[in-house]
Amino acid sequence: MNDFIAARSQMAMSLGFHIIFACVGMVMPFFMAISHYKYLKTGNEVYKGLTKAWSKGVAILFATGAVSGTMLSFELGLLWPEFMKHAGPIFGMPFSLEGTAFFIEAIALGFFLYGWNKFNKWFHWITGLLVGISGLASGILVVAANAWMNSPSGFDYQNGVFSNIDPIKAMLNEAWFSQALHMVLAAFTATGFAVAGVHALMILKKKNIEFHRKAFSIAATCACIAALLQPLSGDISAKDVAKRQPIKLAAMEAHFHTEPAAPFILGGIVDEEKQEVNYAIKIPGVLSFLVHGDFKTPVKGLNEFPKENLPPVAITHYAFQIMISLGMLLCLISLIYLLAVWKKKSWLSAAWFLKLFVFAIPLGYIALEAGWVVTEVGRQPWIIYEIMRTKDAVTPMPGIVYSFYIFTAVFISLSAIVIFLLYRQMKMVGKLYDPTDPHFITKKPKH
Amino acid sequence: MLYVVIAFLWVSLYLYLILGGADFGVGILETFTGKKNIEKVKNTSYKSMGPIWEANHMWLIIAIVVLFVGFPTIYSTVSIYLHIPLVLMLLGIIARGTAFTFRHYDAINDNWQQVYNRIFRVSSIITPFFLGLIAASTVSRHIDPAATDFLSAYIFSWWNPFGISVGLFTVAISAYLASVYIIGEAENKEFVQYLTGKARTYFFVVMIAGMLVFTTSYFEQIPLFTWIFGQTIGQIAIVLATLSIIVLFWAFKHKKITTMRICVALQTFMILVAATYNHFPDLILLANNQSLSLVDHQGSERTIEVLAWALMLGSIFILPFFFYLLYSFHRRRVQ
Repeated sequence: MNDFIAARSQMAMSLGFHIIFACVGMVMPFFMAISHYKYLKTGNEVYKGLTKAWSKGVAILFATGAVSGTMLSFELGLLWPEFMKHAGPIFGMPFSLEGTAFFIEAIALGFFLYGWNKFNKWFHWITGLLVGISGLASGILVVAANAWMNSPSGFDYQNGVFSNIDPIKAMLNEAWFSQALHMVLAAFTATGFAVAGVHALMILKKKNIEFHRKAFSIAATCACIAALLQPLSGDISAKDVAKRQPIKLAAMEAHFHTEPAAPFILGGIVDEEKQEVNYAIKIPGVLSFLVHGDFKTPVKGLNEFPKENLPPVAITHYAFQIMISLGMLLCLISLIYLLAVWKKKSWLSAAWFLKLFVFAIPLGYIALEAGWVVTEVGRQPWIIYEIMRTKDAVTPMPGIVYSFYIFTAVFISLSAIVIFLLYRQMKMVGKLYDPTDPHFITKKPKH
Repeated sequence: MLYVVIAFLWVSLYLYLILGGADFGVGILETFTGKKNIEKVKNTSYKSMGPIWEANHMWLIIAIVVLFVGFPTIYSTVSIYLHIPLVLMLLGIIARGTAFTFRHYDAINDNWQQVYNRIFRVSSIITPFFLGLIAASTVSRHIDPAATDFLSAYIFSWWNPFGISVGLFTVAISAYLASVYIIGEAENKEFVQYLTGKARTYFFVVMIAGMLVFTTSYFEQIPLFTWIFGQTIGQIAIVLATLSIIVLFWAFKHKKITTMRICVALQTFMILVAATYNHFPDLILLANNQSLSLVDHQGSERTIEVLAWALMLGSIFILPFFFYLLYSFHRRRVQ
């Protein structure tokens, strides 16, 4: 592995993990606030227990996300100093606002976690909600920065010199809205399904059923709404990408040759050498329709672009396929859920129904990671689209491969411990959080 | 507007030093506390930093963001030549933050606590050590952009006796800050007495580490002495710091918690003023008498302007909320 590949791998891995920590930390506070609201309105102690249980999960993932985020703010420079030297003043605006949002999130979380019985109950509730809102704002701002790399704006570029810099225009680049919308919905879908699935598992195990049923219903409802909205946002994104980065769209679809009535390619094995996709299902005209709104207009193929500007086609295509197929699957599960809630209440406690949600635990996150691979790998070989190549941005320091190994070890152990801790929290639900459980301890043993 | 941004950078670093430093210090205190008092120290430290440690560490992120948005050349130069200590510091930050959270949020209290404790304590020492070492490297003129071989470009840029002594000094300061801060969180008079003893000890440790810094700077021909004593601001800073020591020992004796806290915060302030004022606006002093100045290496004018506004508006949101948090959880508990 050479240093350039090591640097890319380290960045990809750091972000790949951070995305999960950050999404959970951004979505769970909303679940927590909903449960907290229900407690304040109904006085049902189970909701209070659930709020506390979820807030522990938030605290664990927030801390992990905070440190991995701190690390990323350094890694940008450690791995890509040449990029940061030029891009920092242009796309840094959302980062400085994100600093504020994240700060508020940290403060609000401090109030929320340690504020039980200390403050007015609605002030306390608002601090919890604020954790979610500021987390969401952070997420949107960071995605806006990433969107700038896909859709650079807010500067003039001539002979390697960036001038006439406008950081606000850079922040409000063309890609920010479609990317941020897609990311937010993905975060709610992925986290919602993961949380709902874990609670479904506990219902199947017949442990603290009422507690887990309440949890399941909050998480599943949010997840399903988000999952059903996601295709709409996906459509906005696809049209946007087709306009701004036609080469990325072509790679997503492994669309090698420009043709009228371009087919939508499902699955298949990409042969980058021969520029063809084997064993794929091709639905004629659908790609043209998705991009242009009619079945005839040609869609630009990869053959229209210089070879040195092509992203890795196979990876982008496979990732895109994984994302959309999982997305569709989750939509289907969402429809089943809504049907169950409206018409078939008996399904809600059926084993097959709960097992379906257990099966869906990782799917949202796999789709989310795949989507992120599409946008990042699909942008290659550019770090700033059509302005700066990734290989020109990498640090001159040799030996990055060792830092990649170290960080890999750190992230894997960190994730293992987080899962272990969440598992132990789940195990203790009866004793710590569910007041209807006979083993419930009114006073917490620790602190 | 440039000076607004520079002020934010400086203040963020200062707040990170005193608030983040105190967080590290708590871990150091734990490391050097005997079995008899360890549980008390742990609980007291938890009470004092549990709700706020994440907010404390945001100051570092603010400083970094200001640096890469406002002064990108400085950020990228530091990132290249101090890559290794930065990575080591980051590993420390990750290990410390997570171990601290995990040990509190582990629902089951078993042997894993020992693992978290160990990681928390070791990383509480490593992180401020590298923080200090990195700070020292920015002024020790060992960063050499013209260097061609690996050792002189990426190792000797930071690995030298001066850097190490400043690292140790930062560790000492962190422990000293923590020992003074948590006196106010102690639950009874005996424990106040115990912690005051600790604070006195760490005061002397800081003094010794400080002398070590002066000694190594002498041997490395870093004009630290002239920077601090050679100009009025430095002299005033030293006089104020010395006076505050007298006040501090008076406060120790009479258990004046707020006075103690103000004194140590002031001392740290003075140390940072004395250390940075002389070569302002140069932030990084490079080899061969070159330097990177905040004035010459600022980002575009428009960026600085927008950044300044973002920081000022952000403060309006953050500061009242932040101080209310500190206030809510730090009301004095000693009667």
